Amino acid sequence: MRLWNLIYRMNALPADYFAVFGISLQLALDLPELQRQFYVLSKQHHPDRFARASADEQRYALDFTSLLNDAWRVFRDPVARAEYVLKLLGYDTADSRTNTVPAELLEEVFELNMALEEARDGDSGARKQVAEALTHFTALRQDLDVERDRIFAAYDAAPADTHLEALRSLLNRRRYIDNLVRDAQQALS
Amino acid sequence: MSVFQIDFGDTPDTPPRVVGIDLGTTNSLVAFLDLTAPLVVPGTNGSPIVPSVVYFPTTGEPVVGAEAQEALLTDPVNTVYSAKRLMGRGAADVAGELALLPFAMAEGSESVIRLAVGGRQLTPPEISAYVLRQLKQNAEAFLNETITQAVITVPAYFNDAQRQATKDAGRIAGLEVLRLVNEPTAAALAYGLDKRRNGTIAVYDFGGGTFDISILKLEEGLFEVLATNGDTHLGGDDIDDLLLRIALEDVDTEWGRDLSNDHEAVQRLRRAVINAKHELSSLPAATITLDYQGREYRRSFPRDVFEKLITPLIDRTLAPCRACMADAGVTPEQIDEVVLVGGSTRIPLVRQAVRALFKSEPHTELNPDEVVALGAAVQAGILSGEVEDQLLLDVTPLSLGLETMGGVVTKLILRNSTIPASATEQFTTAVDGQRNVLIHVLQGEREMVRDCRSLARFDLKDIDPVMAGMARIEVRFLIDANGILNVSAKDLRTGKEQSVEIKPSYGLTDEQVEAMILESFDKAEADFNERQVREARVEADRILAAVDKAKQSDAWFDLPAEEQTAVDKAINELHLSYHGDDHVLIQSKMEALDLASRGLAENMMNSAVRNVLKGTKIV
Repeated sequence: MRLWNLIYRMNALPADYFAVFGISLQLALDLPELQRQFYVLSKQHHPDRFARASADEQRYALDFTSLLNDAWRVFRDPVARAEYVLKLLGYDTADSRTNTVPAELLEEVFELNMALEEARDGDSGARKQVAEALTHFTALRQDLDVERDRIFAAYDAAPADTHLEALRSLLNRRRYIDNLVRDAQQALS
Repeated sequence: MSVFQIDFGDTPDTPPRVVGIDLGTTNSLVAFLDLTAPLVVPGTNGSPIVPSVVYFPTTGEPVVGAEAQEALLTDPVNTVYSAKRLMGRGAADVAGELALLPFAMAEGSESVIRLAVGGRQLTPPEISAYVLRQLKQNAEAFLNETITQAVITVPAYFNDAQRQATKDAGRIAGLEVLRLVNEPTAAALAYGLDKRRNGTIAVYDFGGGTFDISILKLEEGLFEVLATNGDTHLGGDDIDDLLLRIALEDVDTEWGRDLSNDHEAVQRLRRAVINAKHELSSLPAATITLDYQGREYRRSFPRDVFEKLITPLIDRTLAPCRACMADAGVTPEQIDEVVLVGGSTRIPLVRQAVRALFKSEPHTELNPDEVVALGAAVQAGILSGEVEDQLLLDVTPLSLGLETMGGVVTKLILRNSTIPASATEQFTTAVDGQRNVLIHVLQGEREMVRDCRSLARFDLKDIDPVMAGMARIEVRFLIDANGILNVSAKDLRTGKEQSVEIKPSYGLTDEQVEAMILESFDKAEADFNERQVREARVEADRILAAVDKAKQSDAWFDLPAEEQTAVDKAINELHLSYHGDDHVLIQSKMEALDLASRGLAENMMNSAVRNVLKGTKIV
């Protein structure tokens, strides 16, 4: 364990989350295997293992373990992982947070908003409409997740900017649908 | 070989021992790892439980524990209990609770509460430090070694300020707090020692002042907390308050006298309702009795009435349990084991509620009063390296966020993130030549600043004066393994460390804690010295008695005259030093006596061997 640490120290902290796990940049990840790695690395580097070590070693354990925890938290969520990769590769995901309605959804969103308003006013017929919209958008989100995994695989096989562009716009749409699903769920609860 | 071996405690090459401390609202305990099993340390009265009560007499030294509990009746305004409820909080937070407590708050308690007791003003960490010091002394007396390092437990749902206050209390008591560990997690560690190696565990911790629920996954010695939830102001105290209010009203109706401002009567009545509460855990009915100023009040309390009364309080524990399961992503059916912690889980109705919620029979094998301290000792063993096959991965109970435009909170680190956890954020300036940027950090789940708990303001100082928007300061927010926030900043343009001034919203500044440590140091030094002198005298008594006995034996008369003189001289010198207050001198005289009596010891050994060979008894 000591030697392991020394080697790490010579290299300073890992530059990104992939380096923490010692894997190359990729979008599709084997989560059960990654979790095993997370446990192995935790056991090696956790600050509890260095309570009696030098201040330097303690600092390194704290920094490394926080990176490890941050990395695992991001990697195990495919959406957070995709956003992280886009950011790492210089795709600004921040401006995609603007709430422009994806064109193909315009009509459905308009209808949902009407139904939401009516449901809020106590219209029981509108409630049914909201429930239907919820089912619809949940299914749509599932389709997007299938598409997302397809892009993941395509990019890992042959990294190309076009895949990343597609991923960014997919995440944008998904985030929008996420909000719709949340609003609908809230109206129904 | 000498028979008069002097044991000077630990040798310098063995690392100092780390103890585990449960600093509870009502009771506190200290435990240590004995070979492989954790054990609680008995106090001077034989019981491991030290009531978290401190009595501050107007003259003389403060008194801690069971003795202080007696003072609750005789001098309630100068006796502090449940100080844990005040940790890391401001005056506005506790106005409701202080109404029921007999002690008074001093001026200037907005960000740190100051209690006016025994003619002094003391903060909750200083009061808790007295309890910790008592535990430290108990452990030192029992283990016969100096204790300087500890693991202290806190409710899982404690926020940053409450954690910091607990750590401050440790420092003031002369303890290096190696880790704050969450109480329910500690309990799981205590149970985990010989339990199944894999599974999902729920820990339901209903103590004197706080309620916690934690759900953990146990895999190959790794305790991974999946989610935690709770209420830092819900506990057995609330049940006591409820019963107390009823009893006070009752007395008022019967006697036509309102006792609620009579501290002594209130404390007597409080003790009576607590007794009744305890009895109701095993009996179908109990009686609340008050004999006061020649009058008598008696009220019988059947268990069903008691249960009806406390149902709303118990129901308040269920919502956090459900939220915790949702956050952990588990259903009741997926939970393999349920562990009960805290004195309030002795109440049959609480057990019934837990059984109904988790659909399984909870574990109660370990004493619910001791289990947290035992777990803290296991964590102490992990830190000291004695326990190598276990590790705890805990989470932060509350989300951490920044104040942004319009009083909105932007979340940086979400609740239930495994700690240590970090987040970085870039800041810039809004005005040309701006030198400072102020960052407001909050804890809580709500969207608006006013609904979250202010943690601290961080002032990025001495920024290079550049055009508005040009400065690029990267701030790293790191929640360490204790659940406490650390902030560092870097100027990305220059690559230099950026200075950050921390202004905690609640609690003591570092300087204030340092001052308290210094203040207590002189006292602690005196206490410590006195204890060492006492210990040295006990040791000297033992040696003098042994030498005295040896002088009655044949071995003494076989000793050359000059050696006899040397021993007598050493005895005299030890006697002389005995009544002084210099323990180092006493010890050196003991060593001198040991040296001088080596020949005598050898003679005794030889005659012992001879006597054994002759088949007779020695001395």
